[in-house]
Amino acid sequence: MAETSSDLSVHDLNASLRQKKDAGRKLLVCYITGGLNADWLDMLYILADAGADAVEIGIPFSDPVMDGPVIQESSMQALANGATPLSILMQVEKEEPGIPLAVMTYYNLVYRMGEERFAERLIQSGITGAILPDLPIDEAAGWIETGAAHSLSAVLLAAPTTREERLNEIAAKSKGFVYAVGLLGVTGEREELSESASVLAASIKSRTETPVLVGVGISNPEQAKKVCQVADGVVVGSALVRRILENRSKQEIGAFVKSIREALD
Amino acid sequence: MATDGIDTDTKSHLMADRLQNGKFGDFGGMFIPESLIPACSDLEKAFYEAFADEAFIAALNHLLKTYAGRPTPLTYCENLSEKLGIRLFLKREDLTHTGSHKINNVLGQALLAKRMGKKRMIAETGAGQHGVAAATAAALFGLDCVVFMGEVDVSRQALNVFRMKLLGAEVVPVKSGSATLKDAVNEALRDWVASVETTHYCIGSAMGPHPYPLIVRQLQSVIGKEAKAQFRDLSGDDPDFVVACVGGGSNAIGTFAGFVDTKSRLVGVEAAGGAAMHNGIPGVVHGMRSKFLQDESGQILEAESISAGLDYPGIGPEHAYLGTIGRANYSYVNDEEVIAAFRVLSETEGIIPALEPAHALAYILRAVETGEIPADASVMMTLSGRGDKDVAQIMEILEL
Ligand SMILES: Cc1ncc(COP(=O)(O)O)c(C=O)c1O
Repeated sequence: MAETSSDLSVHDLNASLRQKKDAGRKLLVCYITGGLNADWLDMLYILADAGADAVEIGIPFSDPVMDGPVIQESSMQALANGATPLSILMQVEKEEPGIPLAVMTYYNLVYRMGEERFAERLIQSGITGAILPDLPIDEAAGWIETGAAHSLSAVLLAAPTTREERLNEIAAKSKGFVYAVGLLGVTGEREELSESASVLAASIKSRTETPVLVGVGISNPEQAKKVCQVADGVVVGSALVRRILENRSKQEIGAFVKSIREALD
Repeated sequence: MATDGIDTDTKSHLMADRLQNGKFGDFGGMFIPESLIPACSDLEKAFYEAFADEAFIAALNHLLKTYAGRPTPLTYCENLSEKLGIRLFLKREDLTHTGSHKINNVLGQALLAKRMGKKRMIAETGAGQHGVAAATAAALFGLDCVVFMGEVDVSRQALNVFRMKLLGAEVVPVKSGSATLKDAVNEALRDWVASVETTHYCIGSAMGPHPYPLIVRQLQSVIGKEAKAQFRDLSGDDPDFVVACVGGGSNAIGTFAGFVDTKSRLVGVEAAGGAAMHNGIPGVVHGMRSKFLQDESGQILEAESISAGLDYPGIGPEHAYLGTIGRANYSYVNDEEVIAAFRVLSETEGIIPALEPAHALAYILRAVETGEIPADASVMMTLSGRGDKDVAQIMEILEL
């Protein structure tokens, strides 16, 4: 029995992150762009080995309005390599990195496939969470329901400009974790941690037991550590993808992720 | 006279009644990053308050009259009418200050931006007409102005780029994606996500997240309101056909707004390479559910046409709706037909049109030939802008 339940939670974003948070661990979620290069799937294992608690796989979209230059570049490169939602999901289906997987993409790709089919297809590939930054809660009712019916966590985002009543609703309805957008702006590395990151994380934490992770702008171990004085964890994207785009070695990338892990522990 | 000035009634006529929670039927909505939600909600509120405020409307109408040059005339095209065997009328938006209908929208939005205390205004532009209009309004109101423009368009509309700079705006060339209008919209949205607290995003067409399609429609409806009254003065009747070109759809929706509750047949004309109504399928991009050119996975395709202003792979949501319910029809024309129409209007009427409204005329020329527009029909076409900006491009093509 015990074995089965822990087995399940290995794959389930919602259960796994919640369990680890309750056990006092700070959470590290890493973003990579699916299909970026020939051996991108290796990254899943490198990230898991380096101490990531989950991986967000970006399904590249032609018009990524929430993304800065680095993830725009990785998305265009992946699209040029012929990556499609189905090609990425089919590749992931064969992998067992031992940590939960989520996708991050834009709603049009979901809408095109159909919410129901998209959710089924994710679960079939062993993916248990989805982040859609251009689907705000007002438009997400159907998607949240579809996700729930398939045991797929619809992760919702909150921003520094989000007002009280909306924050309540987002905190209550987000599954897996609440994605606190750490600053006003698109994805990308920043020199300084924005003041708004901790303020927003604290505000969401006062409303829910669901883990609250700060993403967008988290660039190094120091920033991760600082924001986790309040937040339950961080999402690291551009800092990692930039290193992949620069063709850094797998050891170096693993070491970078490990340095964040160590800062959080 | 009572027909002067904009239509302040956002509720009563047919089109507005269809708006439910930011949607026109299944289309529209507010599909934007969470950071922008409060800004769009505030804008919606400010818009309804401003439209109910007599002082605001008076200020806007004063500007439209004394600064933009409204009302614009309705011109009967005697020569071309005779040649075609129809009665053709042009609504002359080309005669406004800055040379296109875009001025109607930016004056209203700049006034709204001022009212909301914003200090900075950003805009996207394709042909550069909206960019020039936005830079103009920003200069007038003392707002900082940044215009995003695809790199491809920067080179094919060099004169408009220089105009914007003369007006004090910063022009940012956008290199990402296809480096045209859709990418300029992406970049403007990215800027806005970061600058939303101080900045108003002045969208240039009847597209984007709610409340933009509504605001832009309402600000452009002055075209249709004037044209309807002018046409009735001349003929005692409404036109059989009302025709306008469609990029995002602002001059067309503003025109249609005046005629949607009449018997007139409404026709929107897209560029063949950007015919979202014909070749597009429902999707969610740039904050709205509408029709978009896209591949089988949902990646957005690049539009391609001779006119930068119609190089958009989508269409405003109200058009998607009017097309779906059959109240308006949408057609498309190719570059060759457009160049022919451009020449016809220049040679027979002494009016050099912008390439965008030359699409509307190209449709009319073809529809007369095929009998889709029958002999003696009355046709009201919106001439959305003048051709100055396109002359250099046409010179290269024609080698006269
Ligand atoms: C003269 C003119 N007409 C039409 C358009 C297309 O825009 P819309 O469809 O919003 O009227 C443009 C856009 O640049 C334009 O410059």
